[in-house]
Amino acid sequence: MTGYSDKVMEHFRNPRNVGDIENPDGVGKVGNPVCGDIMELYLKVENDVIVDARFKTFGCGAAIATSSMVTELIRNKTIEEASKISNRAVAEALGGLPPIKMHCSVLAEEALSRAIDDYRSRKKIAA
Amino acid sequence: MKRIYMDHAATTPVDPEVVAAMLPFFTENYGNASSMHAFGQEARQAIEQARESIALLIGAKPDEIIFTSGGTESDNFAVKGIAYARKDKGNHIITSAVEHHAVLEPCHFLEKNGFQVTVLPVDETGLVDPVDVKKAITDKTTLISIMHANNEIGTIEPVREIGAIARECGIAFHTDAVQTFGRIPVNVADLNVDLLSASGHKLYGPKGVGILYIRKGTRIVPFMHGGEQEKNRRASTYNVPGIVGMGKAAELAGEHMEREAARLTSLRDRMIRGILDGIDHSRLNGHPVLRLPNNVNVSLEYVEGESMLLSLDMEGIACSTGSACSSQSLEPSHVLRAIGLPHEIAHGSLRFSMGRVTSDDDVDTVLTVLPRIVDRLRAMSPLYGKKH
Repeated sequence: MTGYSDKVMEHFRNPRNVGDIENPDGVGKVGNPVCGDIMELYLKVENDVIVDARFKTFGCGAAIATSSMVTELIRNKTIEEASKISNRAVAEALGGLPPIKMHCSVLAEEALSRAIDDYRSRKKIAA
Repeated sequence: MKRIYMDHAATTPVDPEVVAAMLPFFTENYGNASSMHAFGQEARQAIEQARESIALLIGAKPDEIIFTSGGTESDNFAVKGIAYARKDKGNHIITSAVEHHAVLEPCHFLEKNGFQVTVLPVDETGLVDPVDVKKAITDKTTLISIMHANNEIGTIEPVREIGAIARECGIAFHTDAVQTFGRIPVNVADLNVDLLSASGHKLYGPKGVGILYIRKGTRIVPFMHGGEQEKNRRASTYNVPGIVGMGKAAELAGEHMEREAARLTSLRDRMIRGILDGIDHSRLNGHPVLRLPNNVNVSLEYVEGESMLLSLDMEGIACSTGSACSSQSLEPSHVLRAIGLPHEIAHGSLRFSMGRVTSDDDVDTVLTVLPRIVDRLRAMSPLYGKKH
């Protein structure tokens, strides 16, 4: 009906982990209103394991579904494991994305990598 | 779940009376209208009757109506056909920033082939200023093309005034009336137009058929070269069922238009008020009064159009959006940009276009469902939280 997979529509209908985290250990903000997608990813990390991940997104169905999926994929993963998750992995977990929407998965990967960078730099400062 | 179709600006269902009129021309009266035998002449007669119905609806003479494959062909035919026919007189074309791509793209094509095109800006309601048209005219101007009403935001342009200016200067004037034909009164004499495009499927007729009105005495280069159909101006075997369908649709539109336009205007205004009052940070796009009776175009800030469209679709409501995310180019609507909307507000636009099937209850349903969807998406939006 929309060119989206059932999995994308399911995540769009019932997005997981919407919201933000108070005192997060890492935050990744990407996109801008001009391009039409903004994604914010919040991480709670304990002993280098992501114990909670939440998002807020302004964007299309694919942007919301990829945000939701990336939070699912990184929960309970170590920072090292999470940093290896690519945009392709997010898109594949959603049963694929229309070619024109692949940039949404790139945005999710960028948000994740920013959030991890942010976590690592906070850790460095704390140490 | 009852489905609610609010996308009549995209296309309309074919009226059952139109289908009934078309059917015999598939299986019984299937003759080629260019053939001399009885089969052909029956088809020919039906075409001429359709031509008369359409001419009557727009105040034209039947022989000023040329059948085409639709609005896009009519626009292409008018723009390129006039530009090339008048090449010895000049090479300058005037159009507006809110035209349909079927006008803008032929203009871009001509630009690459030695023509000059002035694209006039519009005000924040989408109106072209006739004074701007006058100022843009040079001694090389051969064609002005300004649409009758905009397909996205519904604004009705001052075509009559612009047409008067064009006529005074001896410049051919074309209007794309795809959105107004059969919906509001369209009269070629009142509007001072030399060429007018219309389409069948926007007024409960079939897809794949349209017309170009060409005022008698207007020189034009043919669009399709081939057989001698349409007095050598548009070759191709006549699409008899389509033409008959468009003729019937024009007849029915003539009967229903006045009552239907009044009914839709009141539904439209109730829906606009309901959205603007019921949802904070919402705005109407387009002119509040000089507006198509069936067009509601709003921007809901802090949410993106495609995600609203999908959410509405899941509730059975069909509409459209000017958001970049729904286009192949990933650019927001050129019309919303032309009225000065910032990108993020253009991304949050929705167009509801009503029609004969739209009821009071349908409007109520949209007014109940839409605020809930906007709330849900705003709760997800990083832009909304920060402003509150």
